[in-house]
Amino acid sequence: MSPPDHLHLAVALDGTGWHPAAWREPGARPGELLTARYWADLVARAESRLLDFVTLEDALALQSTSPNRHDARTDEVRGRLDAVLIASRVAPLTRHIGLVPTVTVTHTEPFHISKAIATLDHISGGRGGWRAQVAKPLEAPHFGRREVAPFPEPGPDGRLAPPEEFARAVADAFGETEDFVEVVRRLWDSWEDDAEIRDAATERFIDRDKLHYVDFAGRWFAVRGPSIVPRPPQGQPLVTVLAHASAPYRLGARSADVVYVTPRDTEHARAVVAEIRAEQETAGRGGETVHVFADIGVTLGATSAEAEDRRAALDARAGGAPVSDAQDFTGTAVELADLLLALREGGLTGFRLRPAVLPDDLTAVTGALVPELQRRGVFRTAYEAATLRGLLGLGRPANRYAAPR
Amino acid sequence: MSTAAKKQIVLGAFVNGVNHTTVWSDPQAGSQIDFSTFRHVAQTAERGRFDFFFLAEGLALRERGGRVFDQDIVGRPDTFPVLAALAAVTEHLGLVGTFNATFNEPYELAKQLASLDHLSGGRAGWNVVTSFDAFTGQNFRRGGFLHRDDRYVRAQEFLAAARELWDSWAEDAIAADKDSGTFLRQADAGAFAVQGKQFGIEGRFATPRGPQGHPVVLQAGVSPQGREFAAGGADAVFCPLQPLDKAQEFYRDIQERATRQGRPAGSVKLLPSATVVLGDTEEEAAERHRDIVLRQISGQTAQILLETVWNRDLSGYDPEGPLPDVDPDPAGPRVIQGRANIFQDPHRTVAEWRGIAEANGYSLRELAIHVFGRAEFVGTPTGIADRLDDFVQQGGSDGYILGSHLVPSGLDEFVDKVVPLLQERGSLRTEYTGSTLRENLGIPTPRAASGQPVAG
Repeated sequence: MSPPDHLHLAVALDGTGWHPAAWREPGARPGELLTARYWADLVARAESRLLDFVTLEDALALQSTSPNRHDARTDEVRGRLDAVLIASRVAPLTRHIGLVPTVTVTHTEPFHISKAIATLDHISGGRGGWRAQVAKPLEAPHFGRREVAPFPEPGPDGRLAPPEEFARAVADAFGETEDFVEVVRRLWDSWEDDAEIRDAATERFIDRDKLHYVDFAGRWFAVRGPSIVPRPPQGQPLVTVLAHASAPYRLGARSADVVYVTPRDTEHARAVVAEIRAEQETAGRGGETVHVFADIGVTLGATSAEAEDRRAALDARAGGAPVSDAQDFTGTAVELADLLLALREGGLTGFRLRPAVLPDDLTAVTGALVPELQRRGVFRTAYEAATLRGLLGLGRPANRYAAPR
Repeated sequence: MSTAAKKQIVLGAFVNGVNHTTVWSDPQAGSQIDFSTFRHVAQTAERGRFDFFFLAEGLALRERGGRVFDQDIVGRPDTFPVLAALAAVTEHLGLVGTFNATFNEPYELAKQLASLDHLSGGRAGWNVVTSFDAFTGQNFRRGGFLHRDDRYVRAQEFLAAARELWDSWAEDAIAADKDSGTFLRQADAGAFAVQGKQFGIEGRFATPRGPQGHPVVLQAGVSPQGREFAAGGADAVFCPLQPLDKAQEFYRDIQERATRQGRPAGSVKLLPSATVVLGDTEEEAAERHRDIVLRQISGQTAQILLETVWNRDLSGYDPEGPLPDVDPDPAGPRVIQGRANIFQDPHRTVAEWRGIAEANGYSLRELAIHVFGRAEFVGTPTGIADRLDDFVQQGGSDGYILGSHLVPSGLDEFVDKVVPLLQERGSLRTEYTGSTLRENLGIPTPRAASGQPVAG
């Protein structure tokens, strides 16, 4: 297990990077986004410098500047591969790093998602996880099975004024996500670890008393179980959520192992962490480790000036600084290390960095930030555990259905 | 016959999973879930120059009398992650999975299949199945919503919708031109709209066109409805192996149906499942087969196999005794759940079985072995190679899907001993010639927009 003063580091992979103009950078590989090699290279790079895990963005829609409808832009990256499949494709090529694809819960089946992530965990030897994501309104017509309230769009003053209908929809969406995660987790436990016995004497492959119906019945769905997939190596693969407000903080506190948040500064981080910890207590999870990571966009340079110039050039090419839900950092790796350590004072346990440009800013993270953090004694110098839960200091959970012994 | 003129045998390999045929008690039997098992079978198949690896699917654990089966293999991995991972450890082998048209939605499944096609460099295939049972539906938010008679409507509309989605991106839609700043050549890349009884969907598809255009589509089913569906939309059909004359008839029937639906002759490959048992002599092979079958079909398994037709609890009948003297009860609550009943008319089937048992003096278990335990190809490597080859050359099929009672090493012997003989006969490639599954199967790649096949 890593020392308690170590921080955890994940990197969020999406297309050619998080900046909309990233794909035009000299090092970017926009023509290779649909190839296995592209993703294998990025994940190998992250693994070479001991990152805890990578996340892979996804959606059941084409990328768009609006959450409510597709745009007609031709000057940004459009088109993507399924994130669970990318993670699975990369799994046999890596040995230590966690693989955390994004999965939309709004239109999908908890049964399918549970077995997919369980299998990712099996094929990666205990390195699987997922980020549960609520669909945006533009995804609904792709399924044609339900109406979804549009996101409020900013008024002329740039401010959002969510209508009541939207607030209700948000509460419902996170309620459904909580139920979804609950079903996924129950299905993971629906096989006890030692259910497979292969007892030739009694002609029994399994001890069926160690398989369990999950019998979930909620407002959005009912699922019986058991899963078709034996319990994954980690028992419970990693569940993560991105949260910007109270409803998703509550979801994270009740359901997740890692919550990604977007604090403006250390004080804000402290307030967000406190809110999550309070919800955790309310949910009876006070004794469990729930990591709170800050999401930070990163544009790095060897000098501050170089980083600023890179960022300015990217913004100019995109026709202005893009709007982001998370803090955007521009500077050197040393300055970024300072920021991470300052933010950590707010109670965060790790960070999910969003490279502005791939592979450039990932290379800067692995080549400059990681050595700097190691020099300061706050990051691992070797992988110290065989599973993703192990890297994050999370134990292997007991099976909720197993009789205590 | 010159080697150039010989029809090439198509071979698929599958990992035997959830059924009685896998002998899990064999000392050499490996894991049914570890990735190493699937890697071994896939790499062995690729060593044998097989066309593809295939994984079946079952979306609910089978039950007997309301309790989960425990006497044979239970549990399997999810198909997509395994196929995607196998793409990393193989180079040429097609990667085919069964995916259910009832408990999936076209947008999500088409995106997964297109992604698998990209991530494997054009090696994805989809065995389209439908399910209508409320039992499986209990695991899904939609429940068992589909009426039995609508299952091919659903499958047809699902496949048509998936093709619409795959065609929504032109092959050259992505420019990714850094200098001009043009990423997409068309502002509406991926735009689609599908309206039908089962689906009303529209929007923009997330995943650009895969290397194969459309993944290879397979279908299993020998009913007239199934044949019509296969002839209209499938690139290949999984079917049971039949005697040559019946197989030739089935072959002609599928090709005629395909022609009637406007497809060129030879568009649909027929791939029966086959079991091979080898021995150094005919006697040794027969002995090995007998030994395998006895281990596959225990007394208890025999009762269960017959219960699928009787639909009664037969656990009280002595497996070594005569067939149950009661009639089947097809109208009663299902004794066996989550397992396909392949016999359409239980009363007629039971009557036939009684005749066979009486004529041969079979016990309950011997009858089950007779019906369910037949291996089609039992013999020496040379004899088996001859028979496999002749059957294909005479128009009985285009090839075979091969599994084994022994997971994961059961295919090794076939690849070591029979494959070289088929290659000597000029009926099986010695090196892969195409880079995609379509190319290796000799199936044309559909063109975007028009959906018409490209010649060659």
